[in-house]
Amino acid sequence: MTFTVEETGRELVLDASGHATLMQVAVEADVPGIVGECGGEMTCGTCHVHVESTPAGYTAARSHDEEDMLEVVDAPAPGSRLACQLPVTPAVAGLRLRVPAPS
Amino acid sequence: MSTHRADVVVVGAGHAGVQLAVALATSAGPRGVLLLGAESGLPYERPPLTKKLLVGSDQPVPVPLRSAAYWDRSPVTLRTGTRVVSVDPDARTVGTDAGETIGYRDLVWATGGRAARCGLPGEDLRGVHSIRDLADLTALRRQLAGGAAARAVVVGGGYVGLEVAAGLRQLGLAVTLVEVAPRLLARVTGTVVSAAFTALHRRRGVDVRLGTAVTRLRADGDRVAGVVLADGTELAADVVVVGVGMRPEVDALLAAGARGDTGGVDVDEQCRTSLPGVLAVGDCARQANPWSATGAAMRVESVHNAGLHAAAAARALTGRLPAGPVPPRFWSTQYGVELRTVGLSAGDDEQVLRGDPATGSFSVAYLRGGRLAALDTVDRPRDFARGQALVAAAWQPTRAELIDPDTDLPRLQPAGTSVT
Repeated sequence: MTFTVEETGRELVLDASGHATLMQVAVEADVPGIVGECGGEMTCGTCHVHVESTPAGYTAARSHDEEDMLEVVDAPAPGSRLACQLPVTPAVAGLRLRVPAPS
Repeated sequence: MSTHRADVVVVGAGHAGVQLAVALATSAGPRGVLLLGAESGLPYERPPLTKKLLVGSDQPVPVPLRSAAYWDRSPVTLRTGTRVVSVDPDARTVGTDAGETIGYRDLVWATGGRAARCGLPGEDLRGVHSIRDLADLTALRRQLAGGAAARAVVVGGGYVGLEVAAGLRQLGLAVTLVEVAPRLLARVTGTVVSAAFTALHRRRGVDVRLGTAVTRLRADGDRVAGVVLADGTELAADVVVVGVGMRPEVDALLAAGARGDTGGVDVDEQCRTSLPGVLAVGDCARQANPWSATGAAMRVESVHNAGLHAAAAARALTGRLPAGPVPPRFWSTQYGVELRTVGLSAGDDEQVLRGDPATGSFSVAYLRGGRLAALDTVDRPRDFARGQALVAAAWQPTRAELIDPDTDLPRLQPAGTSVT
């Protein structure tokens, strides 16, 4: 169960097995730029990612709280998400995320 | 003679220590990073101790900051169950409670602190708790699991006291909360938010006693049986939780000559102490704070601050310049009501209320000299999200821009959400 993260020119293929959210996967993999400081409470914005492509069958709607937080992150994009709100499901395979470059 | 040596020794495996160790994992040098934790298990998230874990299972299982597999493969050496009891800044070694001597090139003190006590007669009785670490919470839950505890008294109306009171109510106990100040959260917020949280707790059935001092705890054998107040009133209690702040764990550093006192060890903007090669981060470190009214040195107790300090210390140890200051932020949740704060409200000269506290969703803006110094938000996540950049920019609002709760606060970029 892997997905892909692009980060400053590198491409990381991460195994999501055993984790609940993609934030946790990224923190465990030391992906630069992903801190997950608030532990998934949507108060910090430190797991901001751009979703580059979503596989069929992978759905995770944005909540109002997440949208509020995404309005104020650095480098917002149409595919902006908080990785703590992206669950690990069998459909995660094929998901591509990008960590926005620090401003 | 050292039995072990590392380039960077991190003392304390809380949020600050872990984040720093991880940040330096591959850049510390050939001898690497040694992370020493006093507790026995894997480093874990602390905020849930007084929130989700308090009302969860009888046997609380913490959320690890990193998995066991992570530490197995990390270049960081994590050693738990090890307490550092002395520092020799000339030899650049620390001594552990097991009698071991460990050498360092750079030492980072990240010990946080112990729960403060009131110094009351009877505070050592069984049934008297405080919650600072997992062992504390486990002890409290073990007592509650028997089902014999029905009446709780919480001493202290700060974040921890209020979160504990809320949790104990949710667990079905009768709860009295005693606060010596005339209002709740007096150290961290203004009167409007204090009043709203007093009302919230009273609605949920907590007997909130303000301006009330405790003089002693009454025993029944070796167990606590009651709390005696200054006016002679006694509150019967099966369980007492003392939440009156923390004492930074800095004795060994002070003994080694670091500048500071029992209120914390003094650090500069790079988190360096007065001792060469010794830094301090997180709850135990006292630092000039550009967001306070006077700029005075203070300790900031929060996960956010732990992360900022860890990032600052990592930059210092890898020869990078300090990042710009970021306003502090705080988060508490009680009965599902979210109190989120950005900035430091103390020393404000004007408060503007957005919305109606009676609706349960409102914010209070604190101004100093017409500039936004802090924002308390209660179940208004958008105000909190936008408020971070506004406080960072010392926004000068008009009253009209602030007061109408149906008009969003303006959005400024960048947001100041990055802690790296």
